[in-house]
Order: sequence, then structure tokens, then C-alpha cells
Amino acid sequence: MRYLPHTSEEIASMLEVVGVDDLDSLFSTVPEECRFPADLDLPVPLTEWDLNAHMQAMANDMAVSPEYKVFVGAGSYEHFVPASVSYLLGRSEFVTSYTPYQPEMSQGTLQAIYEYQTLTARLLGMEIATASHYDGATALAESLLMAIRVTKRKRVAVSSLIHPLYRRVVHTYFEPTGYEVVELGYLENGVTDLTDLDNMEDLAALAVQSPNFFGCIEDFQAVGEKAHDRQALFIASFTEALSYGLLKNPGSQGADIACGEGQSMGIAQTFGGPALGMLASRKKYMRSLPGRLVGQTKDLDGKRGFVLTLATREQHIRREKATSNICTNNSLCALAAAMYMASVGGTGIRELARLNHDKAEYLKKELKSAGLAITFDNPTFNEFVVEFPAGFQAAYERLLEKKLVAGLPLAPYYPELANHYLLCVTETRSKEDMDSLVREVAS
Amino acid sequence: MKESLGANGLILNEPLLWEKGKKGRSGFSLPRRDVESSPPGQGLTCEGPDLPDLSEIDVVRHYTRLSQWNFGVDTGMYPLGSCTMKYSPKTNEKQANLAGFAGAHPLLPAALSQGVLRMMFELQQYLAEITGMDAATLQPAAGAHGELTGMLLIHAFHKSRGERRSKIIVPDTAHGTNPASAALCGYSPVSVKSNNQGILSVEAIAEVMDKNTAGIMVTNPNTLGLYEENIHKIAETVHAKGGIVYCDGANMNAVMGVARMGENGVDVMHLNLHKTFSTPHGGGGPGSGPVCVKKELEPFLPVPRVMEENGIYRLSEDFPESVGRMQAFHGNVGVMIKAYSYIRSMGPKNLKKASQLAVLNANYIKERLKGTLHLAYDRPCMHECVFSDEYQTAHKITTIDMAKRLMDYGFHPPTVYFPLVVHGSIMIEPTETESKEDIDQFIEAFKTIANEAGSNPDLLHDAPKRCKVRRLDETTAARKPCLAG
Repeated sequence: MRYLPHTSEEIASMLEVVGVDDLDSLFSTVPEECRFPADLDLPVPLTEWDLNAHMQAMANDMAVSPEYKVFVGAGSYEHFVPASVSYLLGRSEFVTSYTPYQPEMSQGTLQAIYEYQTLTARLLGMEIATASHYDGATALAESLLMAIRVTKRKRVAVSSLIHPLYRRVVHTYFEPTGYEVVELGYLENGVTDLTDLDNMEDLAALAVQSPNFFGCIEDFQAVGEKAHDRQALFIASFTEALSYGLLKNPGSQGADIACGEGQSMGIAQTFGGPALGMLASRKKYMRSLPGRLVGQTKDLDGKRGFVLTLATREQHIRREKATSNICTNNSLCALAAAMYMASVGGTGIRELARLNHDKAEYLKKELKSAGLAITFDNPTFNEFVVEFPAGFQAAYERLLEKKLVAGLPLAPYYPELANHYLLCVTETRSKEDMDSLVREVAS
Repeated sequence: MKESLGANGLILNEPLLWEKGKKGRSGFSLPRRDVESSPPGQGLTCEGPDLPDLSEIDVVRHYTRLSQWNFGVDTGMYPLGSCTMKYSPKTNEKQANLAGFAGAHPLLPAALSQGVLRMMFELQQYLAEITGMDAATLQPAAGAHGELTGMLLIHAFHKSRGERRSKIIVPDTAHGTNPASAALCGYSPVSVKSNNQGILSVEAIAEVMDKNTAGIMVTNPNTLGLYEENIHKIAETVHAKGGIVYCDGANMNAVMGVARMGENGVDVMHLNLHKTFSTPHGGGGPGSGPVCVKKELEPFLPVPRVMEENGIYRLSEDFPESVGRMQAFHGNVGVMIKAYSYIRSMGPKNLKKASQLAVLNANYIKERLKGTLHLAYDRPCMHECVFSDEYQTAHKITTIDMAKRLMDYGFHPPTVYFPLVVHGSIMIEPTETESKEDIDQFIEAFKTIANEAGSNPDLLHDAPKRCKVRRLDETTAARKPCLAG
């Protein structure tokens, strides 16, 4: 086996140094009743070439761009990724290193993550950002727990227009804790209804997503004021980080914590993971943040360098009193995001975000002209909800055969929205793609 | 001795991203605009984020230079204890990048996602077989996330029987994340000391196990690199009081095909695909921490679960007792593909051989270094061995000094100051992918350093000298944090 370098002569000489007769005898401390006496029932090994064929066959049994035109976002977005980003991300000095516990040998990772923290903070308009979390959903759950630590209160309010699967994760994390999660309803125009907050006492946090799950842009300023009136933290959640290339960022509208999904920043969709949990906050909450942080410092010669810092918040020092149990995070995804943001640049990201917005507006307009109802009249970014005629399900299935995925059906998540679909358009969808979608759904 | 790996290379300086570039440059091919402009309403937009404008070659040189300041398994031996820094095969990267996988949307109908669902279903079966358990979930994103999943399963199990237990046993030889994972689930960890052999005694567990204790989190092999020989009796003791046995399987690289935790009395365990199953660590992630369970815990596994019927795969949410979701989607699928490729490339015999050679390498190092360094427990070890700086303290040399000096010889240091049960610990895990000659060179380097500790200790105090930077001021970094530029 090419991954195992030992020759039989080497094995023999090493066994002699250890003082045992054979490889099995190395396991003398494993009691007999603990041993597995049989062979593992696993497939026989494949050669590299047979593996290629086997994996390619499975990969072919998938529906992906460019063969399929997928008009679905909902937390996982198809964006173009420059070849330079994929190439740089594959450099094995980044890929095959561990968490940078030994900073002198890990300055590449450390500077890159420090730069990621900085670019992320700038994108979100916040002062500081962590080195990464698993995904947008776990970043939200950890942010809510952080708000509970900061305020010492035990109730959080969460908009029902936060991604339904993010809310599921929040409920999973909260179930054994005894803390209360209150969900806020939504208004006819597709934004969060904040009126229930008026009678709510002892609130640790108010979390709202923008653009929300229906694609609508929320009034973060007003949400923040509502939260701060109650001395609660305002948590701004998001699934499409690219939107802040164009829209006002969370920090400029009073967010205390901004958290969400960074997959749009150069990370392959890969069936939903690995993704990138972005989490940023105001500096005054620095010592309550969950997860790793990289800080700038100097070496013995006064030269600039970077280290993991504020470790006293973390599990390996603080044990059960840590701000989180996270250890391995999604560092390489953070690196991809930094490379992507550096490649697209400040000027480019605004143009790209505008293009996403304008394309979605084009599709919206064309669907309207074709007689379909756009459910919510609130402004949107690159996603919006459309109502198809009753019985559209059959047409949807037919379109799948034509390799066209006409949005995400909303009824499984919002039963009151039968026949409503969430459509997404990014820069990867051409005018022709959109025109053919309109032709198909209108026919 | 062979020529040392340590040398000065052509390492270039490189500023921070925003110290480079010029407004108006771009490293991105902006897609064609084929629709008219329709600006959003007033008051919704901002100036755009303050990101630097760089050309493609600016970005390429930046990250190429940064990468050269880093050390990875592809650079050299990386014997971090409990981290299993084995070689990450290149073909695995290629498979994960196949367009059909990399471009897959997580919320399409199952009929459009058969390939990836099949991969996930089969991987679950392989992992259950390797651990001797009945079922598996691939959702957890990392080891600590797997631990949290395990704690939630235990919590749900007790709750289903109308119980709420408040404590959990965590030995002093468990992984560092364990207490924090338990606390997230509302459990207070009860610490238990290992005995003078470095393992748990049945008596110590029996003393603390009661009806208010949800179970035990045992790391096996433990962080001293020792097999928990009493695991069967310990499991019986915990089960007798209605508790659940959780195994932290981060050290599974020692026992694939040798011992299965399912037959050792374990009810639930996590695996680290980024350790045992060769997926790269990525400078700190992404990992993947699947959780395997016995039948009695299966109803509580996270949803959606991957199901198969007549060769057709689908995702099912139909498990009313499930703890819910651990991530928005289905876990770190890109990492799973690499682990799947690894298992298919290795097959059952080579997986067992990998564990045998990992244990051989660790015992070989233990034998050859034990006169040079103080060996904490002089017993046969599993995949790692733990030394301390006891012999060097006379020269005012500590573990960290030796670790830093190793860098000058071209090796990544071992894990230091962990496990906590050994003062000044040096925890060496070579893994099976290191050859005898590389290990010999590592041993020689350590012996030379031990000599230098006596003859010229300043060489160690001043180390490293050959890295991009010298020792860094971590105290000021924490006192006056500068976290963004």
C-alpha cells in the first residue's frame, strides 16, 4: 500500500528494538475480551485508477451546473470562483498543517486568518471577527448563547424569517439548557413582525436575518433600536454574505453581533458543507466571543508576527467554563473567503453584488409580466418569493426532467405558503437562462 | 548522522493584504452584464466594504509567500500527539473536487442527489463496521461537535425515560474539549483520576457513579497513549446505574481492526475523519466528527438521516425522538468524500496494518528516546507516547525550549504540556505514514537537542532561529489584543 512506507526488513528491525516478536504482540495491553477476532467486513481495496472510475460514476449521478440550471439559494449559493483561489487554496502548506499552536512554524496560516478576521469585520461593519465557525447555523446558536452570557438573561427572540434550518439548529443547542427561544411572526410584506416584543421582559437577544429567508431586506436600524430599548443585544443573521457588498452592513445599523454563512465567498457548495460560519462583534464583547482568535504581536527582534490569542476563553484552558467547546473550526474555508475577498476587491464586490441584485430584479419583472404574483413587495437582494398557480408541483417535476430547478418549494417550511417558491439568481445565471425559466413556468 | 533537514530557505517578506494594491485593480473576471441596471431603493445601500483592490498576481504572490512560512505534513514530520497528523492522500482531494460533488446544492430533491447520498450511506456503514456499532450520523462538523452530539443523545435518552441527570464522569486523561462539550449540554463534569498505571480503575468509577450521573466520557486509547484495559468492567459499572458510556474516538488510529468499541461496552462514540481517516487538517479545519451509536440510542440521532431502499437513497426527517439538526445542512460532505476515498483505497487489511504500524512507530520512539527523555509511564503504548522534561530541568531547560529547538532541525514539535496529568509533558504521535528513516532522524535530532541542553542551553533558549519569526510575545498579544487591522 503506497501510503505505508515500511519494508518488512524495517518492521523486523523495529520490532526487535521494541522487544516483541510480531505486530500483533504490540497490542498485549488490549485484553483478550476487548480484541476483534475477525476481519473487518469492508470492500477490498481499489487501485487509484479504479477509485477514479468509482467516484466519477457517483459524481455523475448528481444534478449540477452547467448541465442543470438551478434557481435555488436558501443558504447555499452558486457563485463563480476564480481559478486562482482554488489553486492557492490547494497549496499543501495550508492544507496539511494543524491548528497553529506553534506560531513560529505557522505564520502563513496565522497572518492569513488575521487578514480574514479583518476583511470579515470590514464586510460586516463590525470591529472584530472570530477565526471561523462551522456554518451560519452554528454561528447563530453560539451567538445567542454568547448574548445569554453577556446579559445574564435567559430568553432570546428569533425572527421566523431566519433560515428555518438555522432555527432548527438553535433549538437543538438550546433544548437541554432550559433557556427560552421565542419566535416572532412575519408581516404581510415579508418582514419580521416585532410587535410581540412590546410585552417581552428579560430579553438577552433579538436575532433577525437580512436579507431574510424570503429574500426581503429587513430594517436593521429599527430592529436594533427595539433590541436596545430592552437592553438586549441585537444579533444580525445572514445567509448571503455577498449582499453586504451592496446593502448597508449590520454594524452601521447597530448590530452588536453579526453572524451567518460565508459560503458565497469562494467556497464550493459541496452539498452544504464544509461551509463557513462568520461571527463578528463589537470589541467590548471580545472576551465573551466563542471560538479562536488570531492577534498581532512582535517577536524577540521586534518583528511583526501573529499568534492565537485570548485562549483563556477556550475549552483547553477554561474547561467546562469555556465560552464554547469549539476546537477544530473551518479554518481553510476562512482562508478561501479571504482569498476570494482579496481577489474580487472592494470595487469588484460592489459590482458583483449589484449584478446579483439586478439579475434577480430582471427575473422578478419578467415573471410579473408573465402574470405571476411576486408575494412580498418589500425590496430584495438575489432571492424572492413567487406564487405559482395551484397544482404547479406537476409542472415543477416536469421541469426537473428538462434540467431546470424552478426554486425551492416553501410549503415544507411555511405550510401557509402552498404553491410559493423561493427563487434565487446569482451572477451565474444568464438572461437566456432566466428567459427560458419564464417561458417554461408561464406555459 | 544524516544531514539535518533544518536549513535557511529563500523566504520572502510580505505585507498585509491592505498594505498592497491600488484602487481600481482587480483579480476577478467580472461576469458579463446582460440585464439593465435597477438600483435598489434609497437608504438601502452603502458605499461598499473597505476591501483592498489587488490584481490576480498580487493575490497569487501574497498567498504563495504566506504558504512558505507554514509547515505541513507534506513538508515534514508533524508528530503532534492526539492529532494524528498522517499523510493526506492527494487522490482524496481530487475526488472531493469532482464537479458533481463540489457543485451540489444541499436542498434539491433526492432524485437529483443520488451519488452523494450513496457515498454518505456507505460511509455510515463502513464507520459502524469499523467501530462495531449499529448506526452512525455524519452531521457533526468536528470532534467537539461530535462530542456535543453524543451528549445531546445521552440527554435525550435519559429524558425519554423520564429522567434528568446532572453529572457526567470525565477522567483526567480525556481530551480537553470533553468538559466544555458536556457543559454545553448542562452536565457538570466529575473529574476522576487515572491510577498509577495511567489508566482508569473500576473502583474509581464505582465510587462516583450514581443515579444522578448520566454516564462517562472516556477517551480510549487515552491521552497517555494507553489502552483502557478495564473498559469492560467500567462499562458494566456505569450501565448498572443506568448510565451511558461515551467514547471519545479521536485516538482510533491505534486500533482499527484490532478492537471495536462496540464490543468494549461503549454505547456512543465519535470519530475524527480528519485524524484516523486521513483528511487534512487545513490549518485548523474543516474536520468531520461522525457519531456511531448502539441500537438503544439510534432513535435520537440527528435528522435528516440517509436511508436506502432497493438501491434508491433518500433523506428522512421521520424520527420524532431525534435531537434535531447539528448543522444547517448535512455535515462536512467534502471531508466525508475524502474519508470515503481513503477507506476504499485501503480496504480492511491495510486499515488494520495502518494501526499496527502507527503503534509500532510510537513504541519504537518510546524505546529509543526513553534514556534521553523521562518516560511518564514505562509500559507498552498505543499510537503515541508521553515523555516529560524531568531530565532537562537541571539545565533550566523546559519542554517548550526543546520543542522550539526541534523547529531548527526541520521537525514540527510534538504536543506539549498536554495531557495535564504529566508535568511538562511531551506527547509524540508519529502515525504510520512516517518511515523508519524519518523517525530515526527525528530521534537523532531529539538526542542532539538533549545534549545541547547540557552543553549549550542558550541554543535552546534562543530557538527557533530558522523560522520566519523568532519567539513571539504572546503575553502582550493577550493583554492588548489587536485582532483586526
